[in-house]
Amino acid sequence: MIARLMIMIALLMPLGASAIGVDEKQLDDPALEQQARAIMKELRCLVCQNQSIEDSNADLARDLRTIVRERLAAGDSPQEVKRFMVERYGEWVLLRPPLNARTIALWVGPLLFLALGGFAAWRLMRRETPQAPPPLSAEEEQRLKQILERDS
Amino acid sequence: MTWRAFLPIGVFLVLAVALFVGLGRNASIVPSALVGKPVPTFALPALDDQTRGFTSADLKGNGLSLVNVFASWCAPCRAEHPQLMALGQRDDVTLYAINYKDDPAKARAFLDKLGDPFAAIGADPTGRVSIDWGVYGVPETYIVNARGEIIYKHVGPIMPQDLEAKIVPLLDGAGS
Repeated sequence: MIARLMIMIALLMPLGASAIGVDEKQLDDPALEQQARAIMKELRCLVCQNQSIEDSNADLARDLRTIVRERLAAGDSPQEVKRFMVERYGEWVLLRPPLNARTIALWVGPLLFLALGGFAAWRLMRRETPQAPPPLSAEEEQRLKQILERDS
Repeated sequence: MTWRAFLPIGVFLVLAVALFVGLGRNASIVPSALVGKPVPTFALPALDDQTRGFTSADLKGNGLSLVNVFASWCAPCRAEHPQLMALGQRDDVTLYAINYKDDPAKARAFLDKLGDPFAAIGADPTGRVSIDWGVYGVPETYIVNARGEIIYKHVGPIMPQDLEAKIVPLLDGAGS
């Protein structure tokens, strides 16, 4: 029983060690460190591209994490820290691109396609709906009655 | 049957062309934020006593400059070095180097073996100045005009075909 428990505990152990950057010097103020982590999540690692610098173990990502912490500690706002990175590496460094003239297609594109598709589907569905036949005139009603009575 | 019948195929063609062009682009080259902007302000100490330090003042008012970020541990840097030596023969451009996170003795051994075309070599052991330049890997090379503005950035090694196709025409055009 105790052996099993030990094995279970041992299996759970490595989970805690998988976070990147835990061995780095963190900021003393936990709130500021939290803020630093949030910024790191928003910045693209330039070496590994589809990772943020928060979860990349590239050398450059570590340097950039250090800079994020330093600048926050020096009193920069999160916006100022991001601007620092954008000035050097371009807007591309932001994992969430800002809304501006160059990125408008990126933001509006999907909505536009959804609207286009929705419109096309609506047109198609409306065409498929059978039109309700016009109600019978009094004369036709009379004939129908005659036919039904004759058959029965 | 009007133009409407061709609408779906038209939309398809536009999308296909746009996506095909996107496929052909090399996504690993980050567009430079610094082209067209003045060089960052910096002052790097000399790599060793055989050269001098490298500062932003070197890049202003001294004609065309080429700034190469290199390290002795970087294999592509070795591959591009003959091209830098060839550029060093030109008298219309001054070559400078930023030695990125390197051991000065190893960097000197690299230059002793392959040649030293640089007017000044600054050591950047922490990589901080390189980050100010927007460097995200070595080698990277910048061309700076006489006003101290970055006019071109080359990511990765300058291969002979890059020299012919991009660097030399740029230098010839900028110099005249």
